[in-house]
Amino acid sequence: MDTVKIVLRDQEYEVKSGMTLRDALTKLGINRESVLATRQGELITDDEILRPGETIRLVAVISGG
Amino acid sequence: MKCRKCDQKAVINMRQHKLALCAVHFPQWMVEQTQRFIEKYRMFTPKERVLVAVSGGKDSLSLWDILWQLGYTADGVYIALGIDGGFGYSRKSQELCEKFAAQRGLKLIVVDAAQQLGATIPELAAITQRGKNKPCSVCGLTKRHILDQVAREGQYDVLATGHNLDDEVAVLFGNTLNWNVGYLSRQSPVLPARHAGLVRKVKPLCRFYEREMAAYALVRGIEYIYEECPHAEGSTTIYYKTLLNQLETDRPGAKLSFYLAFLQAKEKGFLAQPQTEDDEEGIGAAGEHLHTCPSCGGPTTLEGLCAFCRMVEKVK
Repeated sequence: MDTVKIVLRDQEYEVKSGMTLRDALTKLGINRESVLATRQGELITDDEILRPGETIRLVAVISGG
Repeated sequence: MKCRKCDQKAVINMRQHKLALCAVHFPQWMVEQTQRFIEKYRMFTPKERVLVAVSGGKDSLSLWDILWQLGYTADGVYIALGIDGGFGYSRKSQELCEKFAAQRGLKLIVVDAAQQLGATIPELAAITQRGKNKPCSVCGLTKRHILDQVAREGQYDVLATGHNLDDEVAVLFGNTLNWNVGYLSRQSPVLPARHAGLVRKVKPLCRFYEREMAAYALVRGIEYIYEECPHAEGSTTIYYKTLLNQLETDRPGAKLSFYLAFLQAKEKGFLAQPQTEDDEEGIGAAGEHLHTCPSCGGPTTLEGLCAFCRMVEKVK
């Protein structure tokens, strides 16, 4: 299984492992300034290489009415 | 990516500062920087009593956590607005604030807006037909009134809010697009008390990106309401923030420099209001003169009842 699941709110995306989180976000059209990324509950920076089979959960940071 | 201060893995990279920090050094840095901003903008001193407006969101709870760590005398105030949105938004937010305060032994004042006004915020908006089918205008008016009232009655020296840099820059961007010079001239990390019915308002987080605030809450294990207010969907603020983050992606530091250059321009008198004899005291947010509401004693730009008391009259 060489894919990675990326979850943002109720949306799930799949990307190939081996690329950086930054490249994955760009590919998915998700602005890197608008999210934080967690791997197993720990915050990670966007230069991290995505590992096969893992799930990255994104935390949306924009709020305000 | 490694932490700048040790060899541990970084949890955040703040490109505008060219600074990556780990889970230990990042929250320490946030606390130190907050203290620096409190002093730099002369927000308050350790002797003053601070009232923190908390909503259950990441910013206000993180602010309260930071002030608590810094040893300030800081009580919290939560306003129950009666917004449900199908998932108990207000109820859930209140529970998180109460849990946060209980864990740290802090005093939380809870004001039930519906009980005080006789209607929830969405009900008030429907009754008064204020704000184009959205309760945000009524909500803002009510929150400002209640916060001023609680601060005044509790004899607090200062009211602190969790506005972050993205909040400030979104407002700045909107006011610049429309050249609202009056509002621009009043936007500041510190808003002095301009009327006997007001207290000084401060924004200690005004130089932190929203992303940093969310990271701080996560690293510190602060439970906050992740769901957005159901009425915020499609708001202009969120639209401006999205646009500004696109700019930030291409030009790291663009948001920060926009805000800091604005503050510097203001300091140099670029946005000076016409001077009046009673400048500061008695001048409203857009530079207008303030009167005293005969009902609540709060400030009002027109003679007679203030906007809040006029709204409450309609409900009666």
